[in-house]
Amino acid sequence: MANKERMALRGIIARNQRWDLIVGTVGLLATALGVIILTLLFVDLVLDGWHRLTPDFFLNFPSRRPEEAGILSAWVGSALVMIVTAFTAVPLGVAAAIYLEEYAPKNWITELIEINVTNLAAVPSIIYGLLALGLFVYILGFGHSVLTAGLTLGLMILPIIIVATREALRAIPVAIREAAYALGATRWQVVSDHLIPYASGGIYTGVIIGLSRAIGETAPVITIGALTFIAFLPPIPFSGDPPAGPFDWLFSPFTVLPIQMFNWLSRPQSAFHVNAAATGIVIIVATLAMNGIAIWLRSRIRSKLKW
Amino acid sequence: MNEPRKPESNAAIVTEPLKAETRKFNFYYGDNHALKNVDLPVAERRVTALIGPSGCGKSTLLRSFNRMHDLYPGNRYEGEIRLYPDDVDLVSPTVDPIEIRMRISMVFQKPNPFPKTIFENVAYGLMVRGEKRRSVLEEKVEEALRGAALWDEVKDRLDDLAFNLSGGQQQRLCIARALAADPEIILFDEPTSALDPIATASIEELIAEIKEKVTILIVTHNMQQAARISDYTAFMYLGELIEFGRTDELFVRPRKKQTEDYITGRFG
Amino acid sequence: MSDAMTAADKGGGSSSLYLDRIRTMRHVRNGKERIIEAILFVAAFCAVAVTVAIVAILLYEASTFFAHVSLVEFLTGTEWTPLFERASFGMLPLLVGTVVTSFIAFLVAGPLGFLIAMYLSEFAPPKLAEVLKPFLELLAGVPTIVYGYFALLFVTPLLQKIIPGLPGFNMLSAGLVMGLMIVPYVASVSEDAMRAVPMALREGSYAMGATRFQTAMWVVLPASFSGVMAAFVLGVSRAVGETMIVAIAAGQQPNFTFDPREPAATITAFIVQVAMGDLPHGSIGYQSIFAVGLVLVVITLFFNLIGQMLRRRIREVY
Repeated sequence: MANKERMALRGIIARNQRWDLIVGTVGLLATALGVIILTLLFVDLVLDGWHRLTPDFFLNFPSRRPEEAGILSAWVGSALVMIVTAFTAVPLGVAAAIYLEEYAPKNWITELIEINVTNLAAVPSIIYGLLALGLFVYILGFGHSVLTAGLTLGLMILPIIIVATREALRAIPVAIREAAYALGATRWQVVSDHLIPYASGGIYTGVIIGLSRAIGETAPVITIGALTFIAFLPPIPFSGDPPAGPFDWLFSPFTVLPIQMFNWLSRPQSAFHVNAAATGIVIIVATLAMNGIAIWLRSRIRSKLKW
Repeated sequence: MNEPRKPESNAAIVTEPLKAETRKFNFYYGDNHALKNVDLPVAERRVTALIGPSGCGKSTLLRSFNRMHDLYPGNRYEGEIRLYPDDVDLVSPTVDPIEIRMRISMVFQKPNPFPKTIFENVAYGLMVRGEKRRSVLEEKVEEALRGAALWDEVKDRLDDLAFNLSGGQQQRLCIARALAADPEIILFDEPTSALDPIATASIEELIAEIKEKVTILIVTHNMQQAARISDYTAFMYLGELIEFGRTDELFVRPRKKQTEDYITGRFG
Repeated sequence: MSDAMTAADKGGGSSSLYLDRIRTMRHVRNGKERIIEAILFVAAFCAVAVTVAIVAILLYEASTFFAHVSLVEFLTGTEWTPLFERASFGMLPLLVGTVVTSFIAFLVAGPLGFLIAMYLSEFAPPKLAEVLKPFLELLAGVPTIVYGYFALLFVTPLLQKIIPGLPGFNMLSAGLVMGLMIVPYVASVSEDAMRAVPMALREGSYAMGATRFQTAMWVVLPASFSGVMAAFVLGVSRAVGETMIVAIAAGQQPNFTFDPREPAATITAFIVQVAMGDLPHGSIGYQSIFAVGLVLVVITLFFNLIGQMLRRRIREVY
């Protein structure tokens, strides 16, 4: 190739590569923007609410006086609701995933279920609130209770758990299943002795991510009519007079952290906004910690398990 | 320009001028030493075939010629690949891999047309260089498609998606795509392994035609194919170049035991 | 199985003891297996039941609503005051509020999400991408209530410095923050689509001397186009259904305007506003949230079906 042509070629390449540099830089900046915003969000919250995070803040009920108000009823409420949510969504989600992945024949019913799972994942969360308002609150008569909220959020995160479990099951090679069947195991034995244990890491990841979404979710819980001002705790089983039943707490009115935050945020006085920021810190630390654990768990599974 | 060829070297076997030559060429995938001290001459406007059992490094060597390994991290070249007549070392870090790829085209194992029209596929190499003049593109596309014996089949549907062509047509399209860039060398990486016998025959015919204009280096898993279409053959085994020779000599009178075992089908 | 038995039978001896047990267990085993399968099926069918329940509840409550309000007024009226003494039921203000905030969100999330996806899939060194991606996932995990706080008390005051006279509640701030919220989602769906493009295509392009940018724009983008479109559509669908950010930062007063600087309620914000109050079960105000909820479901379902169709198309090609 003649020298002149070569120089021309190099000119073209240099021009082409300018775009690489520009787009590469812009892309990096855009991605970094995500990291920056996350930091900004966090710093903003911490600067506003840090000084409210005293032990009293966790041990006090909400109050008219912002400096005395706390989140006791809210975090207890969140914890109780999460228990109900986990007990609803985990068995149901894992069972559904096992059915779809290991049992389901290829027919229209399976197809229908598949389409439904994908669509449910995309239904806006507030719609789950409307479902619960009509179904759990009024038709089934559970009222504005811990049970209603837990069931609602449980249904909401069902698709997350189903999808995560299915992915974990799918990652197990067919050879493992065949090895177990070849020894005379039944289908359920293959599932319970092999598939569930080997997929457990992926299932945990899905459960944690699902619960972290539920704990920060506000809209459906507002819709079912959670109260925003709760100055008592749900009854502890067998305590009080007359003694509370073992499941009375399920039917107790309640509030949760995001609702408490929303309530304070909706007030005009900036002193309550400080409380909202402090609650925000609690919520974001809880969700980010859960997400972080899930991401870490997943990367550990990926690096340890090589089929 | 070329260094004097030592009588015992592989380069001395080649009677034509050299287009390229590897010298003490080594290649590493991370810690994996994939190519060991390879000395391969490539004759200008001839077909040089690389044969050997799978995993012997023939594709790795081929992909070194247009620096495809630069796309993935952890790969390392050692030694030289000289490109003539300008006598540059094309694996030198100071040489731009993009320039090398513009000058040395490649046809892959499975046809990989872009999700674009037939016309845009063939014109791609020119578009990459910023050529926008429709008349130039049309002329070059026609020339390349004729060169790839595809023109008559597609001239009326240049704006169809390339996916709609048959497997054999897609591979000829990929050859046309390579030809349109006026390359000095075309690298073929088992170009017929995904094709049926009839399509294979047409690709082989095509290679025989285009070697009039372009130097060709081809990896093939098929010894008969190497014997049919190549002028020189290199037999590789475990990352080493075991034997290099004129194709008619190597297949009839192999000098090395391993070569003989391979071509007589005793292993591989 | 029967082969194994006959072979073992010939062997006789101690193994036949197990064979007896295996045979008698067979019925028990099959029964148990069937019960388990039935339980699992019921769990899977819950997904369908939830969908049916959603549709049934919405339709039921909305039908009593539409017994009082004409569909024409509902869909074309420009005044939405269902809680007033003299109520009007034109939902256009809510629809416009939803469209404006979602559109602003799309203007942020579309380009940004696309750029991030292209960068992570085509430009970033793999190691760097591995470090950056978890941050995006964390961003996606931040609860919307926190984003709402951010919109109301950080972004709005910032915008007020740039746009004098901007009200404390406005659609602009809510839309912008909502856009940021869906960036990780748009980026991850687009990136999945781009990664699904086979390496052979990229190699074909690089082998012609194309640069990264040329390969990304001319080969990867056309090959993953429907997937990127799916990401946009699904992202918009998320914005349409998002509640807390708009309820907090855009205000909850229905306002028939396309001006993003103004406060306005979206469909979701209205539902929150009603739910926060003490509306008696069965009143027209109570039913109205199911009516607008039905509209919300129809819109998001429409977007999701398109998005999934586009996504499936790219899976079928490769």
